[in-house]
Amino acid sequence: MKNPQEITRRDFIRQAGLSGVALTLGLSRTVADKTTTEIINLQTASPPGIELMSWISIDKSGKVVIVTHRSEMGQGTFQAIPQIVAEELEVDLDQATIRFAPSHPEKYGPQPQEGSFSVRGWYKQLLQVGATAREMLISVAAKRWQVPPSECYAENSHVIHRQSGKTVHYGLLVEEASALTPPQNISLKSRKEYKIIGKSLHRQDIPVKINGTAQFGLDKKLPGMLYAVVERNPRFRGKVSRFDATRAMAVSGVKRVLPVQRAVWGSLYEGVAVVADSLWAALQGRKALVVEWDDSGFEHLGSEQLDAQMRENLKKPIPSEQFEAVFQNAAKQLEAIYETPYQSHSCMEPLNCTAHVQDNRIEIWGPIQEANWIQADLSERMGVPKERVKVNMTFLGGGFGRKAFTDYPYEAALLSKAMNVPIQVVWTREDDMTAGPFRPGGFYACKGGIDTAGRILAFQAITATQWLGQAWSPEPYPEPGPLTYNTGSLEGMPSPYFKAIPHYSFGGVGTRSPIPVMWWRAPTACTAGFAGESFIDELAHLAGQDPMVFRRAHLPDKRYQALLDRLEAISNWKSRGKNSGWGVAVTECFGGICGHIVQVSRKPDGTLKINKVIALMDCGWYVNPDIIRAQVEGSIIMGLGAAIKHATTFKDGKAVERNFTTYAMPRITDTPEIEVHIMENDEPAGGVGEPGLPPFAPALCNAIFDLTGKRIRTLPFKLNEV
Amino acid sequence: MPAYSLLINGKTYPVDADAQMPLLWVIRELVGLTGTKYGCGIAQCGACTVHLKGAPVRSCSFPVSAVLNQPITTIEGISKDNSHPIQKAWIAEQVPQCGYCQSGQIMSAVALLKTNPQPTDDAIDAAMQGNICRCGTYPRIRKAIKRAAGIPPTPNGQ
Repeated sequence: MKNPQEITRRDFIRQAGLSGVALTLGLSRTVADKTTTEIINLQTASPPGIELMSWISIDKSGKVVIVTHRSEMGQGTFQAIPQIVAEELEVDLDQATIRFAPSHPEKYGPQPQEGSFSVRGWYKQLLQVGATAREMLISVAAKRWQVPPSECYAENSHVIHRQSGKTVHYGLLVEEASALTPPQNISLKSRKEYKIIGKSLHRQDIPVKINGTAQFGLDKKLPGMLYAVVERNPRFRGKVSRFDATRAMAVSGVKRVLPVQRAVWGSLYEGVAVVADSLWAALQGRKALVVEWDDSGFEHLGSEQLDAQMRENLKKPIPSEQFEAVFQNAAKQLEAIYETPYQSHSCMEPLNCTAHVQDNRIEIWGPIQEANWIQADLSERMGVPKERVKVNMTFLGGGFGRKAFTDYPYEAALLSKAMNVPIQVVWTREDDMTAGPFRPGGFYACKGGIDTAGRILAFQAITATQWLGQAWSPEPYPEPGPLTYNTGSLEGMPSPYFKAIPHYSFGGVGTRSPIPVMWWRAPTACTAGFAGESFIDELAHLAGQDPMVFRRAHLPDKRYQALLDRLEAISNWKSRGKNSGWGVAVTECFGGICGHIVQVSRKPDGTLKINKVIALMDCGWYVNPDIIRAQVEGSIIMGLGAAIKHATTFKDGKAVERNFTTYAMPRITDTPEIEVHIMENDEPAGGVGEPGLPPFAPALCNAIFDLTGKRIRTLPFKLNEV
Repeated sequence: MPAYSLLINGKTYPVDADAQMPLLWVIRELVGLTGTKYGCGIAQCGACTVHLKGAPVRSCSFPVSAVLNQPITTIEGISKDNSHPIQKAWIAEQVPQCGYCQSGQIMSAVALLKTNPQPTDDAIDAAMQGNICRCGTYPRIRKAIKRAAGIPPTPNGQ
């Protein structure tokens, strides 16, 4: 497999190395209706105005090129998308070339890599593209043999006539097929007929990731490229009052020192860039740079004030009278507050972007999670038409939401424009960890009432957090309104709870802060899920019931009942003894439902140990079970980090944790035994990369309660201090 | 600027570099081998791990002037065709996700098996605890090292 390549439609055939005529099919927005897609061939797409989104192409030699329009940051899209197409196309995936498509929303559809959307958002269309090409090839062969197409089938890049046994290779059919109008609404295979979907095929990107040849953003080099590092104000909204470049310019290799801006939502953050002919020189120059900052005009918040503000905000919404009346009369009542911290994404590849701005044209290369958004943002801010902004995705050394943000490409584009050469802006680990945006902390006030039969009568959750949406808008935050009654939800909480709970209430209050915030793996559910599933567990204990039995009674839904059955079976839930603590939690987000069972015990020295995590993922229709297992394993370890290893705190308007010394990452020594199972059902495809994370923290804390009777409501906590 | 002659993956590279320049940047920028990665710059994450005379070092915190005449091996020197037992095991266990830290993980694992061909679980954890993986591939790293060492997997794959 080759590294990601950059392709435009114009030179697609040439770059793909296809020999001569090829059958090329793609997904296109219909001209009349931009929200639906249709399958068209290259000839149809060639006139201006119609662009293809996702391609497959077969040339006369039988070579297949699949262009994937989604970024690869570890989650396995690079494997999953071609695996879907190849299934219906009836080709061997190992003989197909896979490439990344550059940004182009009209061409490829939205490319943001969030919400675990790659497969669940596109699989039906991708199956259709593969099936349509196959049927076109079959129809050409059938015509040639003068037999009905229904007597023919396709397998391993060949069309075969069932009765006579005649076979013909795809390559010999593409020329004629390319002149056909693609038939619409081809019927798709049933799941039973799948040959490769549902199988753990090896990922195509792994061979280049084990010998140093995979190209990440930091590996990009262009002729004449200079390197830049930026001294950004450690306080979030400060301005440069003056800087002295004398000593920095004296460093050998430093070319220029200049102010630069970084756009964070509605604000422009200021910094001073050191541009040099090597990264090392730029780093040395930055050390010699003197910058004075103007830090007036915004509050130098610390975590203590932020936390206090969130605790205060939890009290602000106007209570729902209907809910309160029921809650006060419940047989048993419980109130609890859960607190979760801010977090850094800390992708292993620090942020970086390479930009080349010239003649009203922008091209960037980098670990880009959100190609369309970044393209639109650069176009708008730099005043360059969108069609002249090209965004190329390299492999991403992690993303987790951070690399969807538009700030780092803009900074690179500004510097390239000022310097008139290609520029690679490199963030140090400290830059990456302290500048944000961060995952916002979330505080949750829960109230629950149990009736005389031990069932939940009333459930309320109030959220105080820094809304992601608020950072989009510079307007003052709205005053907290009244809590809802029997409407609303808590992100991550399984929806069937609300069929079983007769009275529920939700509401929230935004927190004012100068700290930039952004999606972090399983946004909102990663914090709210902790509150929701911890509190359900607390209510189970209040009702004097087994937490699994209690959940079963409150999740009246066939899919959930099946999930709980299986979770009990694979963990042998009923066998748990007194010397270990077991906790269960189930959350739902981004189309996936995941249940975890965490088992803890005391080591001989008295400290706690996580013995095992058993996870059960229900993501409906799925492509590659081993990728699902890998994603859930990784989600558990990332969730473990956020639960017991690290948090970003603030002091005097600055992030305190600057590197892995203080932001302690989960390591191999923290890793428990993990077992991942997958539900088999006929539900639609759900997310895979995110739903495995939220259940971990509540399942862990529920297990600790089971063993010790101690309820943990604040993250992170130190496992060896419980 | 001082001149150095570095023996990397069996090939000699003459470089002119500041004596304090970390080996990581020399390898990536002056020699042009980009498989070795920058992760933290303070020897905390292991993404920059290379071998110096067969032993793992964090190249981000190792000045070029301290290399002296010792041979260096980078990820590119492990094998070009993924034929090293550790690379084969990495494929069999499908270890990498984003892949960024994996050069360093592999360099640490190769060094471990060289000195300890049959490592215990604790020895694997001890040798690999300096390498951070944000994607959380640790369970598979454990399995892959055992596979490469020919140690049969224990129940539940640990």
